[in-house]
Amino acid sequence: MAWFELQEKKTKIPGAKALWTVCGRCRKYVPNAEWKKNSSVCPECGYHGRISARERIALLADEGTFEELFADVGYSDHLNFHDASGAYVDKVEAARKKTGEGESVITGKAAMEGIGVVLGAMDFAFMGGSLGTGTGEKITRAAELALAERRPFILACASGGARMQEGIRSLMQMVKTSAAIGRLKEAGIPYVSILTDPTTGGVSASYAMLGDINIAEPKVLIGFAGRRVIENTIHQKLPDDFQTAEYLLEHGFVDRIVPRNEMKSFIVKMLNYFGF
Amino acid sequence: MAAKAKSAMDIVKLARAADRLHLRDYMALIADDFTELHGDRLVKDDRGLIGGFASIGGVKCLVLGHNKGSTLEENLESNFGMANPDGYRKAMRLMSLAEKFHVPVVTFVDTPGAYPGREAEERGQAEAIAKSLEFSAALKTPILVVITGEGGSGGALAIAVGDRILMLENAIYSVISPEGCAGILWRDGAKAAEAAEALKVTAPDLDALGVIDGIVPEGKTREETAANVKKAIVATLKHLSSIPVADLVARRYAKFRAM
Ligand SMILES: [Zn+2]
Repeated sequence: MAWFELQEKKTKIPGAKALWTVCGRCRKYVPNAEWKKNSSVCPECGYHGRISARERIALLADEGTFEELFADVGYSDHLNFHDASGAYVDKVEAARKKTGEGESVITGKAAMEGIGVVLGAMDFAFMGGSLGTGTGEKITRAAELALAERRPFILACASGGARMQEGIRSLMQMVKTSAAIGRLKEAGIPYVSILTDPTTGGVSASYAMLGDINIAEPKVLIGFAGRRVIENTIHQKLPDDFQTAEYLLEHGFVDRIVPRNEMKSFIVKMLNYFGF
Repeated sequence: MAAKAKSAMDIVKLARAADRLHLRDYMALIADDFTELHGDRLVKDDRGLIGGFASIGGVKCLVLGHNKGSTLEENLESNFGMANPDGYRKAMRLMSLAEKFHVPVVTFVDTPGAYPGREAEERGQAEAIAKSLEFSAALKTPILVVITGEGGSGGALAIAVGDRILMLENAIYSVISPEGCAGILWRDGAKAAEAAEALKVTAPDLDALGVIDGIVPEGKTREETAANVKKAIVATLKHLSSIPVADLVARRYAKFRAM
């Protein structure tokens, strides 16, 4: 109840929003500076708040080493898609404006503790991190670059799934990316998939689940079908921990749950074991 | 030309019709032999997706497909052609056999989607589909995909990675069901007809988008349609078998790379 009163009060104080972040789980008020300093992880309850692709890259890449590539690859409105609320092209342009990104993934080269890698991060704020043709193309190019230069490929996933406004070609990105990752494996180049909140649908059913190592952040949502769809199908309530990182670990689909602040050192340690 | 008069939703309904030809019907009508093999060697034998070796017009192949039924009883057994992870893992196991013994693969795609169930999630539906895509993209034997009915999203895609993708005249193939799309983007599942139109799910649409390689015409009778499918399979497998396997796999990669 306390948080609710606080929130009520907060909305009446001009500028309060600029100073505090409300934790998405425990609802505690955390000063923005502290929230940011802790990489958007709640210092009270350990909740891992969603972060942008740029913030993700800043956490993983050695400072000043990220060189963005394929930034010119964008969406494609080949269906001239319109729905009840308007044109896809307007929505995707709005997402571009809101996030400052061209697509739902950022890709490039970077160093991690001095190891040269290809690094990608998805941005959930960009149309729910949906997998469009531009997203798939950038990830595929990143994987192909990793193959050509024999660099480990590290990809942080955050997505609700395929981008239906791009129709069947959105679905085809699942094949394209998975095929490119398959080639990395044949060539003995590591591919590390980081599963962040949320990783579901067509993204979980393609490159997100194909890591040599699949790492999840604590408590994040990972799954194929949506909880409500499943509940409607089986006419049963699902357990609270259904489709959490911990649930996937228990069932054998992630290698490890790693807190955000330890993610980089964990990946570097694994790359060392792999001979990098 | 009759197809021109039909709306996208009319075709969706035809693709889902209970009296449409399903995998077992095709096997009865076009295969000299179909010997089903069971199980993923891990958990169970999924009934939503079945497979086995077959001889079609004298051509030996591995047949894999969603097992949609024509009656409620059949559908309860086969889960309406919705596969569990075990089905996709069985498909991969059988594809390995096909690769080992240089037998081409034919897949029959006809599913509303992968089964959205609790156990499906527990056993890694996402991982099973992901692995299927990676696996079939690199399989060293020809793969022919025939979308016969409903090509429903990831559950269809898992067995739809191939060297040639054919589609029946009144089949559909879509990233999401029209109803699901309407529920999200129109906030009204009843707007499925509009969603079906916008998503471009019919064979001519997908041909225009460069996602499929050909359309198999449907005849006036079931026998006629089945005969058309048989003819397409025999001709396509003969052609694919003449391509050196390394070229085949490279071209398959390039094919999806361009999408
Ligand atoms: Zn908290």
